[in-house]
Amino acid sequence: MKSSINRLRAIVVKELRQLRRDRLTLGMIVGIPTLQLLLFGFAINMDVRHLHAAVVDQAHSHHAREVVATLGQSQVFDFLYQPQTPGELNTLMRQGRISVALVIPADFERRLAMADRPPLQLIVDGSDQVVQQAARQLAAVSVAQLLRREPGTGTAAQVEIVNYYNPERRAPMNSVPGLIGVILTMTMVMFTSMALVRERERGNLEFLITTPLSPMELTLGKVLPFVGMGLIQTTVVLLLGMLIFSVPVRGSLVDLYIAALLYIVACLALGIFLSTLARSQFQAMQVAFFTFLPQILMSGFMFPFAGMPVAAQWLAELFPLTHFVRLIRGIVLRAASLGDLWPEIAALMVFAAVMLTVATLRFRKRLD
Amino acid sequence: MSSSEAVPAVLTRGLTRRFGALVAVDNLDLTIERGKVYGFLGPNGSGKSTTIRLLCGLLLPSSGEIEVLGLPIPAQAEALKRRMGYMTQKFSLYDDLTVAENLDFVARIHGFNSHETRRRCTELTDLYRLRELSDQLAGTLSGGQRQRLALAAAVLHRPELLFLDEPTSAVDPQSRRDFWDSLFALSDQGTTLLVSTHYMDEAERCHRLAILQRGRLVADGTPQRLAADMAAAVWLVQCDWPRHAQQVLAPLPEVRAAAQIGAQLRVLTEPGDHCRGSIETALSAARIPARVLSTPPNLEDVFVVATHGGWEEASPR
Repeated sequence: MKSSINRLRAIVVKELRQLRRDRLTLGMIVGIPTLQLLLFGFAINMDVRHLHAAVVDQAHSHHAREVVATLGQSQVFDFLYQPQTPGELNTLMRQGRISVALVIPADFERRLAMADRPPLQLIVDGSDQVVQQAARQLAAVSVAQLLRREPGTGTAAQVEIVNYYNPERRAPMNSVPGLIGVILTMTMVMFTSMALVRERERGNLEFLITTPLSPMELTLGKVLPFVGMGLIQTTVVLLLGMLIFSVPVRGSLVDLYIAALLYIVACLALGIFLSTLARSQFQAMQVAFFTFLPQILMSGFMFPFAGMPVAAQWLAELFPLTHFVRLIRGIVLRAASLGDLWPEIAALMVFAAVMLTVATLRFRKRLD
Repeated sequence: MSSSEAVPAVLTRGLTRRFGALVAVDNLDLTIERGKVYGFLGPNGSGKSTTIRLLCGLLLPSSGEIEVLGLPIPAQAEALKRRMGYMTQKFSLYDDLTVAENLDFVARIHGFNSHETRRRCTELTDLYRLRELSDQLAGTLSGGQRQRLALAAAVLHRPELLFLDEPTSAVDPQSRRDFWDSLFALSDQGTTLLVSTHYMDEAERCHRLAILQRGRLVADGTPQRLAADMAAAVWLVQCDWPRHAQQVLAPLPEVRAAAQIGAQLRVLTEPGDHCRGSIETALSAARIPARVLSTPPNLEDVFVVATHGGWEEASPR
């Protein structure tokens, strides 16, 4: 037992020495989270502004101009074109120059007065879902409101929305906590699987397996430094999220780090398993990437989980990132405790245990 | 100790290893005594590396029995690992660690404490002239320096048995001589060494030699014994057109091989003085004036004869 711990320590010391000379990896430990946080934090925003738009005004009335002006002021639409014919409008849409077109029919005034048919038509580029959503929001507003004729009367919403946890609807509140999961997935899985395959690829393994070193000691020793690395990355994202995007940590820090630690272990377990499938570092990277993309897309980090078909939801339940995104959002934004989120904790534990078992069964201390 | 001395270092019976349809090691019976430098000589792909890996327990045999230092392998491979050393064909220490860090790592893996590690590493860096290189990254060492580091790492835990798989393939001649001096020093201390090689001069230094050909043991004995027992005669043919003479002699049924060595032709034939007559007749018929001299066989001749199969298998060319 004592000698086993000594051997484990020897591997850890060796890994740290190698890491110290590997400037690229060392830089990536802090570089990747910083870069990703800035990119995602500023870039991901579902609040649509400045959509390129065209207006076809066939009414040429005072009211028509007023509607266009009001919509322009909202900054949702930038009316850049005024095509004269429907053909012109279609061309603009197909070329991607505009994503929205407002059509004001010639009988606009009559329709307004009679209120029997919709007075306005909004043509939308359906190839972008976000644009559709913006248009739907607009459809909820009455033309009367746009004309500011009858302030207040009959315009009260049917349902009042009370926004818990993110009243200002700021996108970084959602993306920053989830980003911790994404960054850990990317670095932990890829780095471990590559690091473990490296010994085999460079021929070190052939020497190591003729020593008393056991596969378990080797794997554990190589993976332990990554745990520290993952915790550093978690801290970097949290700190920058707080400083740059004012994302608060409302739950307990201890809970947060326990959750992060558990997720790191799950990622390392996946990385260890993947390393038993790959023969070279390049293969390891490819396999890691293959597991990475569906996790990002289906975990609920990018797109709403509830929007996926049931079969896809079942599949996504198998991904560790799905559970971690729920955990971290719960702790950071809703001040939830680990007890509140126990199913996610249990899922991560099961995932890590299964991966480690399979990996151990596959690892042989021989060359064939 | 005396009882274990009686046990041979390596004993195999009917050892066979297949990779799919390929039989890499074919029904090998080996007995290697302790304290000797034992050579594995054979062309590339003859099964030298596979045999060594089987003996270390790194590969499982398809059939046959292995006993190393009295331990049944692969059953007791873990126990063997504490008593054997293995120097791989390709440098298998870490390029991005220094010489000192590599040795420190190997010592810790073998369970040395800090004090023992320091003492043993100092001892080895002195013995293998690595002191000046201590802080240099292993990846920046020359071929000979790497070899010394690899040897130091392989013998760090003072193994009773040392396997070396083509240890000098990337080393200059002077470094090779030094390296062999080190090997004999280890042998003098009682270590059994098993060295695979395809260099004749190295094979000649071994106490005992096994020649492998396509996974089979085709000769086994001391280099002197193998040369003396060789079932072939060697002739030197001196003439003005050795290449032409080679073309004339090669098709003769008695001739096993003919190779040009400088201005001479070295011809291997079946045993017996009548072969001299056959050579002279063939050359004069081709109008090539030549002198044919008898010469004692060397290890290369043994190797050529052994790896071309016995006479009964030889196909007339």
